This record gives sequence, structure tokens and C-alpha cells, in this order.
Amino acid sequence: MKASLPIIALTASLAFVAACRKSAPAAGATLLNVSYDPTREFYADINVAFKKQWLADHGGTLEVRQSHGGSGKQARSVIDGLEADVVTLALAGDIDALHKEADLLSADWQAKLPDNSAPYTSTIVFVVRKGNPKAFKDWSDLGQPGVQVITPNPKTSGGARWNYLAAWAWAEKSYAKDETKILDYMTRLFKNVPVLATGARGSTTTFAQGKIGDVLLSWENEAWLIDKEFPGQTEVVYPSISILAEPPVAVVEKNAAKHGTTAAAAAYLKFLYTDEAQDLAGKHFFRPRNKEIAAKYAAKLPALPMVTIDGTFGGWTKAQATHFADGGTFDRIYSAR
Amino acid sequence: MTKRRVIPGFGISMGFTITYMSAVILIPLAVLFLKAAGVGWAEWRVLLGSPRVIAATRLTFGLSAAAAGVSVLLGLLVTWVLVRYRFPGRRLLDSMVDLPFALPTAVAGITLTAIYGKTGWIGSHIAHTAAWVRDTWHPAGWLGEQVASWADFGAVYSPLGIFIALTFIGFPFVVRTLQPVMEDLGHEIEEAAATLGAGRFTVFRRVILPLLVPALVTGFTLAFARAIGEYGSVIFISGNLPMKTEVLPLLIVSQLEQFNYQAAAVIAAGMLTISFILLFVINLLQRRLDWQNR
Repeated sequence: MKASLPIIALTASLAFVAACRKSAPAAGATLLNVSYDPTREFYADINVAFKKQWLADHGGTLEVRQSHGGSGKQARSVIDGLEADVVTLALAGDIDALHKEADLLSADWQAKLPDNSAPYTSTIVFVVRKGNPKAFKDWSDLGQPGVQVITPNPKTSGGARWNYLAAWAWAEKSYAKDETKILDYMTRLFKNVPVLATGARGSTTTFAQGKIGDVLLSWENEAWLIDKEFPGQTEVVYPSISILAEPPVAVVEKNAAKHGTTAAAAAYLKFLYTDEAQDLAGKHFFRPRNKEIAAKYAAKLPALPMVTIDGTFGGWTKAQATHFADGGTFDRIYSAR
Repeated sequence: MTKRRVIPGFGISMGFTITYMSAVILIPLAVLFLKAAGVGWAEWRVLLGSPRVIAATRLTFGLSAAAAGVSVLLGLLVTWVLVRYRFPGRRLLDSMVDLPFALPTAVAGITLTAIYGKTGWIGSHIAHTAAWVRDTWHPAGWLGEQVASWADFGAVYSPLGIFIALTFIGFPFVVRTLQPVMEDLGHEIEEAAATLGAGRFTVFRRVILPLLVPALVTGFTLAFARAIGEYGSVIFISGNLPMKTEVLPLLIVSQLEQFNYQAAAVIAAGMLTISFILLFVINLLQRRLDWQNR
């Protein structure tokens, strides 16, 4: 009979583990917004404003919790069970993954809010050292020998994918879609990259704090944030062409339904399109969708020609497969070195 | 089952042992291999045979072994000082050895990068010296490439940077495995050897070292195993350049970032297999050493 004791102990332990699984929290008036890195300060302000609005409209208090990290990593956390009510990520591909990998929202999520579900936009710009000593003007300068370019790894960073595609878009235009020449330019560009950080914030730290590199490819809002943090040390350079980054937002339908927060989550995202929120976006160096408010910030965030993911690259799924999947153009650049 | 044991309740304790080992080690590993087995042989070969994975494997295992080796030397010296000498601040020094255990690895990585980078305290000197070496001797080939990188960035963003991080996290393992053994050693055998006419070096080589070897091997194994899987500190200091300074754990993470769970599992399984074989061989070696010492 003694031999059965281990089995009893095992069963007891498993039963204990099973019992623990049932205690999922039933959050009443709490929203969890899972977002990406550079939106930290922006959403802190948004949440304060939204709470006020919610109190005025519904008379109840509402708590919004935030989670920040690399966009891809955040999407993976939600897929793996982080119970986000809304996601506000860096690229549509990451929200698509929530549908594809875990069916947490419907396939047509991007059509549910105006402007491709992106209430604000951003773009990719250059950050250079004070006085622009190496005279960076456009993308072609990044492929010259003797300069150092800082950009994160497109395999691990959402921001880096925008950087990569912006450079590609310029090359495609300049070399009349000749893929050999485009690849040659991209290879020269990445030969000048001494460090591939895993995330956008890592690259910013390398450039601003570690003083490595001559030019940093960066989100526009992050570029102005560096200017605020390290005043007088850097300058922002706008290239001749860049890419329109549309960081999308969505309600994670399955989670919201489970938490009973569907209405609150929808109201939260709708709030991002109000004048008040659009103004906050501009304040935090995101480009507001509202034309009048955008005009107010046009001095800091000037108009420039921008390509779009859908127009130039055929959408995220295609861009991902062509450029960043195993054996894509990014891998080819590195095997050519 | 009738023999009485010192501690009663063999059944229950064995049951908990099996449960615990299953929950913490066996089941997660089984799931990993199951996930990896979901792809065919051809895909395994493509994934594990790609030049990037091979380069990362070489780098990871090579640098881990080198770092563990240096940790053994450093650890031996530090332990000797801590055990054999009495000086003010000894206890403080002793507790400082554990700091790399307690420090979040990301903090370690960022701190090391700051210190060994071009603008850091130590890194600036390294960059300076490397620039001088580069301009005086013009070393060629692999070494030339390394020296050029040190001149540009200090010790970081190169294999040397990874090596520094791995040594940092590995060396406490050596000290902590060596310390109790060395404390038990006592002076008597040394004195006996000396009375028999052995010189200092002979005493160390023929008497002390053989007694320490099993503990040194254990320390090496622990430091080595820890270094192979290290991610947090390495990604900050390594530069993460494909084919050059990319470690295996980073390749696994970048597969995960692309929602490529199976590819990540395949690389992880391959890595685990190599680690297991290496650790197994080291264990066998240690048994032989133990046996020889008897």
C-alpha cells in the first residue's frame, strides 16, 4: 500500500493547482490598457482626463490601469493571458495577432473606429548631435561610409520595423523599385549600425546616454522627448520622405465581455478622438487626426511626404512576411555582409 | 520496503519530490520538446542549421566556457583571500560576492554597459588603449576587427562585452562552491607536506589543488550553465549584431516576438540538448576525479 502514497500526494497537489485556477478576478469598474513604450506619459494624462469625463457622464468612478513595454511583447502577453480590456499598440500587425493567435477580437477590428482605428499618428525622423556635425539631410546620408546609425532590431522591436520600412520606402522611390539597388542601400545602411538594441527605448538610451552613434532613427514623439530630456544636445532632422505610422487601438472584445467592461472600453477609445484628447496627443508630440488641432502643432510637427503601410507595402501581414520573417529582406542583408 | 529509515515517511516525501520535480522541471521541459516536435525533421535542420543559429551557438557556448574558466581562476583567488586571511572588511567583502545573485540582470547589464562603454570609467581607458594599439600595430583579421571595435566603443558591443557580463554573473558560483571546501581544509596537511620537504608551489599543486578540483569543477559547471542561458544582462552589453554578437537566448526571444512559438521551441530544445550533454560529460568527469582522489 505504501507505493500508493506518492500517487496520493501527486493527485492532491494537482487538485490544489486546479482549485487555484478558478479565482479569476472580476474587476468591476477597472480598465486595463496594454500599450507600448513611448506612450507612457501620454496615457497617464489621458486617463486623468477620461476619468473626469466618465464621472460627469455616468456618475461613477472608473479606474484605468496601464501596462507598457515593447509592442510585440505586449501583444504576446495579451495572447498568453494578460487580461487587457483595450490595447493601444505600435502597429496593426500586433493587434492582428490577437485575432489570429487567440481569437480575442474579430478580424474586422480596424474598421470599428475612424481613421483605421488610429486616433493619432506619428512618423520616423532623424535625431542628430547638436549642430548636425555630419550634416545629415536625408536617407542617402545614412548609407555613406564613416557614419554610425542607431536603430533597434526589427525582429524584436515594432519601432524598428517602421524605421526599416521608412528607409526602404525612400530607397524604392530613389532607385525606381530596382530591388538589387534597394538591397544594396539597405546593406550599406545596416553596415553602419554598430548596435541593434531589442527595443526603441534601448536605442534611445544608447544614443542619448551612451553617446554612441551619429544619428538615431526614432519615433517623432520620442525624438522630441529626447530634446526635452537632454536639452541642447540633439537636433531633430526631417528627411525628404518618411512613413505614416498609425498606432492603432482596439477593444479586446473577449476580455471586455468577460469583465463586463465593453461599454467603458469603447467609451475610452472613443474619448481618444475628442478635442481634449487630440490636444493631449499633440502636447505629447503625436500627430492629432483632428485637422484644426493638428494645425496648432504644425510648427513642431511639420507636414512631410509620407508613405503608408497599406499603400506601399500592401499591409502589415505582407510587409512582415517580405521583410522581417525568417529569410526576409532583413535576414538577407545580414547574410550578405 | 521494510527497512527502517532515519527519516520516516519515505512515501510522502518521495511523492512530493516527484510532484515538485514534475511541476517545476519535467512538465515544462516536456511541453517544450512537444512543441518543438510539432515541426518536421526538415524544418529542424533548416532552423538549427542556419548560419545565424550556428554563429550564435558558437558564440554562446564558447564565451560561456571562457567566462566560466576565468570565473574559476578569479573565484579561486578571491576564495583563498576570504578564507585564509583575516583583515578588516572581510565580512563585507564576503557578502559582496553575492551581489550578482541578487541584482536584477538587466540592472547589471545597464551598469556594466555604462562603465565599460566608451564614455565610462573603465571603457574610456580601454578605448584609448585599443586606439593606440590599432594605430601602432595595425592588427589584421579577427583581432583587428575586435581592436577596432574596442577603440570605437570600449569593451561593449563586442564579444568582450558579453564575456565581461558572463564573468560577472558566473563568478559567485565558484566562490560559493569553493568556500566550504577550503574552510575544511585546515593547515595541517600543508604543514605535513612542508615538513616532508615540499616547496610552496609543490604544496599548492600537489596537495591543495587536487583537494579543491571537485569543487572547482562544480563551480565551473554552475557558472557555465548559468552563462549559457543568460539573457537580461547580455542584451544590453552585446550589441546584438547577427553573426557577430548575437547570443542564442536572443534568437529564441526574437522568434517569440514574431509569434513563432515552434521555431523558438526548436532552438531552445537544441540548446538544451547541447547543454545537457555538456553538463552530463562534466558530471562524469567529476565522478572520475572524485574517485581518483579517494
